Amino acid sequence: MTIDSFMTAASDYANEVDGTFWVLVVISSLITLLVAALIAGFSLRYRRGSTAPRGPLSERFGRDVEIGWTVATLFLFLFIFWWAASNQLSALNVPGHAMEIHVVAKQWMWRVQQPGGAREINEIHVPENVPIRLVMTSEDVIHDLFLPTMRLKQDVLPGRYTYLWFTATKTGVFHLTCAEYCGTDHSVMAGRLVVMTAPDYARWTNAQPEADDLAHQGEAVFHSLGCSGCHAPTSSIHAPDLHGLYGRAVPLADGRVVTADEAYLRDSILLPAKDIVAGYAPIMPSFRSAVTEDDLVKLIAYLKSLSSSPDAGVSPASGKERAGGTPALPGDRRMGAPQ
Amino acid sequence: MTDAAIADAAVDTQPASYLTAGHTLLSWLTTTDHKRIAILYAVSITLFFFIGGIAIGLVRLELMTPQGLFLTSEAYNRLFSLHGIIMVWFFLVPSIPATMGNFLLPLMIGAHDVAFPRLNLFSWYLYVFGAAFTVYALISGGVDTGWTFYTPLSTSYATGYVVAAATGVFVVGFSSIATGVNFIATAHMLRAPGMTWFRLPLFVWAMYTVSMVMVLATPVLAMSLLLVIAERAFGLPIFDAARGGDPVLFQHLFWFYSHPAVYIMVLPAMGVVSEVIPCFARRTIFGYAFMVYALIAIAVVGFMVWGHHMFVAGQSPLANLVFSFLSFIVAVPSAIKVFNWTATLHRGEITFEAPMLYALGFVGLFTIGGLTGLFLASVPIDIHATDTYFVIAHFHFVMVGGTVSAYMAGLHFWWPKVTGRMYSEAWARFAAITTFLGFNATFLPQFVMGWNGMPRRYHYYPDVFQAWHVMSSVGALILAVAYVLPLIYFGWSLIYGRRAGANPWNATGLEWQTSSPPPKENFHRIPRVDVEPYAYDAFVHLPMADNRTPPSLPSPASGGG
Amino acid sequence: MSDAATALREPWPDLDRQRDGVSVGIWLFIASEVLFFGALFLGYAVYRALYPEAFRIAGAETEVFYGSVNLLLLLTSSVTMTIAVDASRHGMRRTVIACLALTILLGAAFLMFKGLEYSADIAKGLLPGAHFPLQPPQTQLFWGLYWVMTGVHAIHLAIGIAIVGVFALILWRRLLPIESPAMLGVATYWHFVDTVWIILFPLLYLVDRS
Repeated sequence: MTIDSFMTAASDYANEVDGTFWVLVVISSLITLLVAALIAGFSLRYRRGSTAPRGPLSERFGRDVEIGWTVATLFLFLFIFWWAASNQLSALNVPGHAMEIHVVAKQWMWRVQQPGGAREINEIHVPENVPIRLVMTSEDVIHDLFLPTMRLKQDVLPGRYTYLWFTATKTGVFHLTCAEYCGTDHSVMAGRLVVMTAPDYARWTNAQPEADDLAHQGEAVFHSLGCSGCHAPTSSIHAPDLHGLYGRAVPLADGRVVTADEAYLRDSILLPAKDIVAGYAPIMPSFRSAVTEDDLVKLIAYLKSLSSSPDAGVSPASGKERAGGTPALPGDRRMGAPQ
Repeated sequence: MTDAAIADAAVDTQPASYLTAGHTLLSWLTTTDHKRIAILYAVSITLFFFIGGIAIGLVRLELMTPQGLFLTSEAYNRLFSLHGIIMVWFFLVPSIPATMGNFLLPLMIGAHDVAFPRLNLFSWYLYVFGAAFTVYALISGGVDTGWTFYTPLSTSYATGYVVAAATGVFVVGFSSIATGVNFIATAHMLRAPGMTWFRLPLFVWAMYTVSMVMVLATPVLAMSLLLVIAERAFGLPIFDAARGGDPVLFQHLFWFYSHPAVYIMVLPAMGVVSEVIPCFARRTIFGYAFMVYALIAIAVVGFMVWGHHMFVAGQSPLANLVFSFLSFIVAVPSAIKVFNWTATLHRGEITFEAPMLYALGFVGLFTIGGLTGLFLASVPIDIHATDTYFVIAHFHFVMVGGTVSAYMAGLHFWWPKVTGRMYSEAWARFAAITTFLGFNATFLPQFVMGWNGMPRRYHYYPDVFQAWHVMSSVGALILAVAYVLPLIYFGWSLIYGRRAGANPWNATGLEWQTSSPPPKENFHRIPRVDVEPYAYDAFVHLPMADNRTPPSLPSPASGGG
Repeated sequence: MSDAATALREPWPDLDRQRDGVSVGIWLFIASEVLFFGALFLGYAVYRALYPEAFRIAGAETEVFYGSVNLLLLLTSSVTMTIAVDASRHGMRRTVIACLALTILLGAAFLMFKGLEYSADIAKGLLPGAHFPLQPPQTQLFWGLYWVMTGVHAIHLAIGIAIVGVFALILWRRLLPIESPAMLGVATYWHFVDTVWIILFPLLYLVDRS
């Protein structure tokens, strides 16, 4: 691994971050040099025995200088804050057609699930110039997915989804590493981010052994776990219809209205008593002991597909952009779960 | 025998002081004299400083090669965890307050002792009790969660002695709180007649503000660790995601303390520097009032920025924005202090004894540390740099380049007052310069490494970083030598050092108006204060010829020693 | 009979200043305790906001009877403590010691009922873990917090009883005068422990109980 695999700026965002970084380096260096020069200069000029003029300064001069540099510092720091914040804000909007890749972290490896169904361990293959949205969770402790060439990292939490999105503009093999101390083998929980041209990526996807895509696999899990027993329209049990659910606003029994995002779907399966839908009894059992993280990924992909084509049930997915696309959720953010 | 030798011999008999009031070990272990308690603390924290130092010495040695040298990953992880826990809670947090604060606070305000002398002794025993748990954890094999104890690693997955270590920190936290309560009450209630708030030395203001932070922040740490113990030892779910708990809640509770904790570590350092620089520049501190307001502002705003440790933890972007903004604000008062210390040199009459070298080193290194804090306060920069060596370099610049430098400055400055002996100035200057060089050699490469993607808490690392790691480890070796040197020359001075007079530096401040070492009751008669602090400018009015030898300060109207 | 000379300690210049100093000291300590319990209450507030239904189900299992008895006991003990403080200002030795003894008894009674309550809770299996009887799993969060909150409070109360006990002994043996400034410190701490229970009681026992 060369420094390039760490430090190359492999996206437009990474270049912006570098720009901010170097501006800060210049400002900091100037301030440091100023302080150092003043200290050295005063130390030399006013060392004991030198012939420089002494005597007190006028009190008003002291106070004016004091106020002057306080205000100047405040303005400079506020300027830096504004510069950095505008970087941050402009990076918050995930493009609506981002390709979703699921990542499950566990001690001490990364399991990756491509939308086309391909699975990877410690590697993420992505096409260049396509917005990629990583949907991540942990099976045990808090990890952190660090992509230095994207200048991005995000903690990966148990019991929750967190997100990272980027658009790679350079092909190559880049470093991927864990950046939240997670136990004994934290330092070897590393891997590769492989950015390929679109045709190469398509070729790679088709060459992967798992032919069936996530949503199809999810449909199989949906039936094998018996979900359709209550949630099918023909069921005698009064359970919410799941068609078109993903992305929709859901009124809850306690009066709140929430958006049905990945976190909501996940909680509904694992902690069904958490958010009871208005008009329904809290009778859904928890599937915590029956379902694995991988199953959850598939189920959620299936449920999402129920929204993109309400009548078909499953949309044909390819390695790149899905027909119908993933709706950009109002709360979708780069960092952290939607608010 | 020459006259000088006879005079020396006469002077060399031990004068009566707090040191001679009782020679048995029991008299030390049951003392309520704040000066003796300060020394009890000083011995304890020095021991732990070297334990924590050895731990990281082993780590830096291991990091000379990318694939390790002689440690297993388990051992490596336990060593860096121990280093953090010991250095933060058993060295840095008590360092200046429990040693210099304890010794000097009553002296500086003209009191006989702190407000609650027995509570003071109790606080030391709490420290020892907490240290015992930590040593037990260490001897049993160590803890491997990092000093931050993040859940669910600490509650459910870590294999080390988490409960023992967390208990140790829990207990020593109450030592902090007790010290803080004592100092605040002392500053409020025991000032000598005429010692108004704005006549207090800045060191006293620093002790006062740091005590407020200790009293209000430390309990939250205690509770966060108690909850970790409850979950790990008793299975009570608080942070367990499987049962609806939120591991990030732990982080909020932990950092709500641990960010103010870094100001607990820095405010006293600023207090020391504000005493040393005026003395060796022979000038009053520039902008005394602003210096006071800056201390208060840092203490208050420091409570509002904890989320900047959690920009990638899963917080909302709005929270990130707010914490980023406040983090920029809290940097302003620190910057003002740097400017004021620098301005104090202007038109001074500067000499470069060891305390001054350390103090000037503090100003430079703290500036760099603080500026790199601005990098980390910027969310996009932090997203890349957090959890890398960039952060490690940043906090070592402020805590080691900053606080430890100031601790050394204070140690040298007040050594004559505490022990009645002068140390070897030549060796001390050599150590100060070696410290500065060794420190920069150790930590500047870490900024580069960190920005280039080297994550922290890594036992094995990619080959590309080896050159930087080697540089850093060599620097650490130099630093280690620089830290061992004072042990030698200070130790030597206790036996062979020249006896110090009451005011060897011709400094202002009530502590210099009593003998070195002070009598047990500090002052034979409580002085009355009617001068502003740092009245060094009195000298500078004299014509040039007389400026070469600063005259000693006129003695106050009433006074002791 | 007052004995002001023995109450004055180094380094205080006079007894009034010492009394004020004790006041400053104890209130600072109370401030730290407020933050200590505050962190716990914050955790409770966060989880209750996230899982109101689970907290309702879990809160229905707390022993309201024991909780209420304990509330009455502590409130009464604060009354006896207040009487002790007032009596100490007037030098009424026997009243002070009697009231302190009563306070200790009431506190001990609290701990006894707490022990009975804990047995009842354990008998119902309300220890979070694999065999926890309630659903959904977040009810274990409530009960985890219950054990920590009441446990930490009970420890504070036990320490308070010990302190009051030692102080009463010291007064009885005339090692300190009745007007000692320490009285206020002891009393303030006791009232604080009582106040914590006043806050805990509705949080744990009155969750959606009408």
